[in-house]
Amino acid sequence: MKTIYKALLGSAVVAWMAAPAAAATLDDVKAKGHVQCGVSTGLAGFSAPNDKGDWTGLDVDFCRAVASAIFDDPNAVQFTPLSAKERFTALQSGEVDILSRNTTWTISRDTALGLNFAGVTYYDGQGFMINSKKLQGINSALQLSGAAVCVQAGTTTELNLADYFKANNMEYNPVVFEKLEEVNTAYDSGRCDVYTTDQSGLYAIRLTLSSPDDHIVLPEIISKEPLGPVVRHGDDQWFDIAKWVYYALLNAEELGINQGNVEESLKSDKPEVRRLLGTEEGGKLGTDLGLTNDWVVRVIKHVGNYGEIFERNVGAESPLKISRGINALWTKGGLQYGMPIR
Amino acid sequence: MATRQTIAEGAAPRVPLFYDPRVRGIAYQLLVFIGLFAFVYWIIGNTAANLQRANIASGFGFLEGRAGFDIGDSLIEYSSDSTYGRALVVGFLNTLRVAFFGIITATIVGFLVGIGRLSKNWLINRICLVYVEVFRNIPPLLVIFFWYFGVLSVLPLPRDSIGLPFGSYLNSRGFYFPKFLWGDGSWLVLLALGLALVFSWFVRRWAYKRQMATGEPFPVLWTSVALIIGLPLLAFVVTGFPLNFEFPALSTFNLRGGVQIRPEFLSLYLALSFYTAAFIAEIVRAGVLGVSRGQTEAAHALGLRNGQSLRLVVIPQALRIIIPPLTSQYLNLTKNSSLAVAIGYPDLVATGGTTLNQTGQAIEIVAIWLIVYLGLSLATAGLMNWYNARMALVER
Amino acid sequence: MQEHDLSFVRAEMAAVEPPPTADRGLVSWMRRNLFASATDTIFTIIGIALVVMIVPPLIQWAFINAQWTGTDRSACATVAQGGNQPDGWSGACWAFVDAKFQQFMFGRYPVDERWRVYLAAFLFVILLVPMLAPRVPRKGLNAILLFIVFPIVAYFLLVGGAFGLVRVATPLWGGLMVTLVLAYVGITVSLPLGVLLALGRRSHMPVVKLVCVVFIETIRGIPLITVLFMASVMLPLFLPPGTSFDKLLRALIGVALFASAYMAEVIRGGLQAIPKGQYEGADALGLSYWKKMNLVVLPQAIKLVIPGIVNTFIGLFKDTSLVYIIGMFDLLGSVRQNFSDANWASPQTPITGLVFAGFVFWLFCFGMSRYSIFMERRLDTGHKR
Repeated sequence: MKTIYKALLGSAVVAWMAAPAAAATLDDVKAKGHVQCGVSTGLAGFSAPNDKGDWTGLDVDFCRAVASAIFDDPNAVQFTPLSAKERFTALQSGEVDILSRNTTWTISRDTALGLNFAGVTYYDGQGFMINSKKLQGINSALQLSGAAVCVQAGTTTELNLADYFKANNMEYNPVVFEKLEEVNTAYDSGRCDVYTTDQSGLYAIRLTLSSPDDHIVLPEIISKEPLGPVVRHGDDQWFDIAKWVYYALLNAEELGINQGNVEESLKSDKPEVRRLLGTEEGGKLGTDLGLTNDWVVRVIKHVGNYGEIFERNVGAESPLKISRGINALWTKGGLQYGMPIR
Repeated sequence: MATRQTIAEGAAPRVPLFYDPRVRGIAYQLLVFIGLFAFVYWIIGNTAANLQRANIASGFGFLEGRAGFDIGDSLIEYSSDSTYGRALVVGFLNTLRVAFFGIITATIVGFLVGIGRLSKNWLINRICLVYVEVFRNIPPLLVIFFWYFGVLSVLPLPRDSIGLPFGSYLNSRGFYFPKFLWGDGSWLVLLALGLALVFSWFVRRWAYKRQMATGEPFPVLWTSVALIIGLPLLAFVVTGFPLNFEFPALSTFNLRGGVQIRPEFLSLYLALSFYTAAFIAEIVRAGVLGVSRGQTEAAHALGLRNGQSLRLVVIPQALRIIIPPLTSQYLNLTKNSSLAVAIGYPDLVATGGTTLNQTGQAIEIVAIWLIVYLGLSLATAGLMNWYNARMALVER
Repeated sequence: MQEHDLSFVRAEMAAVEPPPTADRGLVSWMRRNLFASATDTIFTIIGIALVVMIVPPLIQWAFINAQWTGTDRSACATVAQGGNQPDGWSGACWAFVDAKFQQFMFGRYPVDERWRVYLAAFLFVILLVPMLAPRVPRKGLNAILLFIVFPIVAYFLLVGGAFGLVRVATPLWGGLMVTLVLAYVGITVSLPLGVLLALGRRSHMPVVKLVCVVFIETIRGIPLITVLFMASVMLPLFLPPGTSFDKLLRALIGVALFASAYMAEVIRGGLQAIPKGQYEGADALGLSYWKKMNLVVLPQAIKLVIPGIVNTFIGLFKDTSLVYIIGMFDLLGSVRQNFSDANWASPQTPITGLVFAGFVFWLFCFGMSRYSIFMERRLDTGHKR
C-alpha cells in the first residue's frame, strides 16, 4: 500500500515538474520559456515591487535584459525574492538560473561556493547611517565605538563591519537580522544607533524610514563592494551570455545607442555599431553565443543601455538621486569598461 | 466444508503461498525496503553529482575556519577570530538558554492560569479564559513580532532609560541590572549553600521516617527554606559581606557595565513563555478535572484539610495526566525557539544560517541542525519519560 | 428509653434564623462570584486593576485614536515625522490596512483574474458548509466533491493555463489566499497520510514499523523551519540536475509531511484506545486487514481523537505563517512586505499590520476550535467514563 502511495505521489510530482532534466542552462531556460532570476526581497532602486506589484530596479533590469536577449521579451522572466542567506544555496541548487541581487564579488564566493560573477553592474562601498537628530555631534564612523549596529545576516557587510571595528580598536554591538525589512523596522524603531550596508542601499533605505530627513549617511566608505550578477560554475555558455549581455549594455552606452535611437542605428554604417547590432553581413557573434544576431537590439529596445538603466533606477530620474561617480563609463572617469564586442 | 475437512484430516490447510500472511508480510516488507533503498540511493547519487558539478567541497573541515562575523549575544567567549564551530556552539547555547528559561516561565504561568481557569472567582476565570483563547489561536511567529516590535516601540532610548529599583534600567537596548562581583571568602557562602541542601535532604528523610513510625507530620518545607536561606546568609555575614556591584552607567551610545539582557532574547523568551503557557494552562485544567470528585471527597472524609488533599491526593493524580502532553509542549517550545531567526536572536538556526551563507556547506549545516534538534528532543523526552515513570500508577 | 446514654439531646427548638438574603440579583451574584472570601476579594481587585490597565488603552488605540481613512503615510505620522497627526499621537493606522487590503488577500494575483479566486472561495464555502453541518445528508458525496473534485477544479481555476484561462504563476500568489491554500492542502493530505503512518507504526511488520517510527520521530523532533528550508532551497540538490518544481508546491509538501507526523501520533492515540476485543471481533468475522481497519477500528478511533485532530489542524494553520521565513508571501509575509513601502512608512504601520494579521489568524483558529468542541459534544456516545 505504501509503495502504491509512493508511486502515486511520485507521478503527481512528475506532473508538476516545470522542466525536464537537461544539462545546459540555456536549453533549460528556452524550454521553460522564462529566465528564473533571484533578486532581493525588496531594496528600492535595485529590486523591489512597485505599486502594481511589478519588479523594478537595476538588478531586475539586468535580468530583463538577459530575458530580452533570449526571448525578445523583457517579461519572460520570473523573479524569486531571496534573503541574503538563501541566495547562494538557491543558485547552487538550480532554484534560480541567475542571481542578480546586489551580491559582492569575492574570491571565496568564486571558488569555495562555486559561483561565477558575470561582471560588476554597480561599484559600491559599505557605509554607515545614523539618526542625526538623536545622535548629535557624530560625523565620523570613528566616533561609533560602543554603538549598536544593525546589519543583515550572511553578507560581506557583516564581515567588513567586524574587520573595521577590530582594526580601529572599537567595540560594537551587532544586531543581526535575516531580512532587509526586519533590519529597517528595527533601525527605525530605535533598536540600534547605526545602520550599515552598501552606500547605495543606505540611500534607498533612508527613503522608507518614518522620518527620512533625520538620518545622515556618514562619509566613510569602509570596503569595496563590487556588485554584480552571478551564475553557477559548470555552464560556460550561460556564463558567457550573462557576461556579454552586461558588456553589450556598456558598449551600447559607449556608442551612444539608446532605447530611443536603436531603430535608427540599425541603418548606421559605422562598423562598430553594425557589429554590435548584428547588422554586419555574415556576422555570427550572436549565434556563437547561442542567441540570435540581433540580441543586442532586443536588449536595448526593451531595457535601454547601461546609462539608461542606471539613471532610471538609481540615478537622477529616481528618488534615490545617486550620481554616476565611479559607475560612469571609463571614458568619463569611471570604472565601467565594456569589453570589445567583435 | 473445507474447514471441516481440514479438521478431520488434522493436517495444515493448504493455502496458496500468496495468501499466507507470513509470506505476504515478508514480501511487503521486502518491497518497502527495496523501494526505500533505491530512493535513498537515488538521492545520494543525485546530490553527489550536483555537488561535483557545482564544485562544492563537502565535509566538516570548514568548522575549523575563521568565522569573521560577530555575534551580539554570547554566553561564552567569542569574537570574529573564533572558528565557525565555535559560532555554532554559541548558537546552540543560546537556543538552550532561551528554551530553559522559557520552559520554566511557561510552566509557572501555565499552572497559574490553568488553576485560574478552575477558579470560582468569575473575573479571574474570565481573564484566564480570554488569555488562553487569544494566545492559543495566534501563530507563535506573530506573538514574537508583537513582543519585539510592540515592546521596542514603547521603550525609550538609552539616554531616557526608565530607572528601576536596585540600579537597574530598562530601555530599547534591553534590560540592565548590576553585576555581582564576589570578593574574597565568597566560596564560604557557596559552601554554606551546599551544606544547607545536604541538611535539608537529611531532614526530609528523617521526617518521612518519623511520620511513617508515629504519624506525626513535620514542617519539612519551612525547615528547608530556613536552612537554605539562613546558612548562606550567616556565612555571608561572617565573611564580612564580600559582595560588590557593578552598576550600569550611561556612555555615548548605550549603558555600560552591569549585565545586559537584550530585547531579542527578552521578547523571544516572553513570547515563547506566554504562547506555550496558554497550552500548558489547558493541559493543567484538563488534568485537574480528570481527577474524579470522589478522590477529593474521600480525602476530605479521611480528615485531610483542603491544602493537604490538593497536595497529597489531587495533584499527584493530576500530574499523571498532565506530564505526557506537557512533555510535548516543552518540545514544541524548544523547536519554536528556532523562530528566533525572525527577530535576530543568534540561536543555532541563525548562526548556522550565517555560517552556511559564508561557506556554502548547506548539507553539513542542515545535518547539524537536524542532529542537534533531534538530540534535544530525545533528551527532553527521555527526562520527562523518566519522571513520568516515577509518577506512574504503581499497581499492586 | 433511659438505657441509651446520649451525650446531647436538644431540649428546645432552635431559634428562628433570619431568612437568607436574596439569592438573586447583582449584589448576591457578585458576593458569590467575586467576593466569596478575603482571598477572592484580593484576586478580584488584582483582576480589575489588570483589566483597567489593559482594556481602556487598547480601545483608545484601536478605535478612538485610530486613523480610518487616508491615502499615504501623512495620515498616520505625527507632524514631526512629516504627517498630519499632533505630536504624541498614537493610534492604529487602519487606513494602511484599508489601502493594502487587496494585497493582503491576494498578493500580486492579477486584478483582472481575481474573480477566479472569488469563485474558488465561493465553491469551497458552498461545499464546506454542508460538510460541517451534521444535519445535511449525503456526506459521502459531499466529501468526494470537497476533497477530490474541488481540488482539481480549484487547481485549474487558480493556476489556469487551460480552458481558456490565463496562466497565473504561483510566485504571483500571496496573502490570505496562500495561507488558505497551504492550510487546505496540508489538512487534506496530512489526514490520510497520518492514518497510514499510524497504522504503519502499529504494524506487525518490523521494517514497515521501523520506517514509520523513524519518519514520525525525526519530523516531530525538528523545527518546521528547517524542514521548509530544506524543501525550499535544498530539494533541487537532491534531484537530477535540471529538475525544478514550484516553490509553493515544495512548501506544500514540507507543511503536509510535517503535519502528517503529528497527525499520525494523534491517531495512534485513538487506535490504542480501542479495546482489543474490537480487533479480535473483526478478525473473527473474517474481515481482511483493510476492511477491519476501515469498517471497525478507524471509525471508532478517529471519533475518539477528533479534538486532537482539530488541534493538529489549528497548529498546521498557524504553522503556515512560517513560510514567510523562506521568502513566500502568505498573509503575514504580505503584511511584513508592505512595511517597507515608502508611501506608508510610519511608526504605527507595523504594529497595525501585525494586529490585523493576528486578528485574521485568530478568527480562523478560534472558529476551528469552537467547531471541534461542538463536534466533540455531538459525537460523544458515552466512551468517557
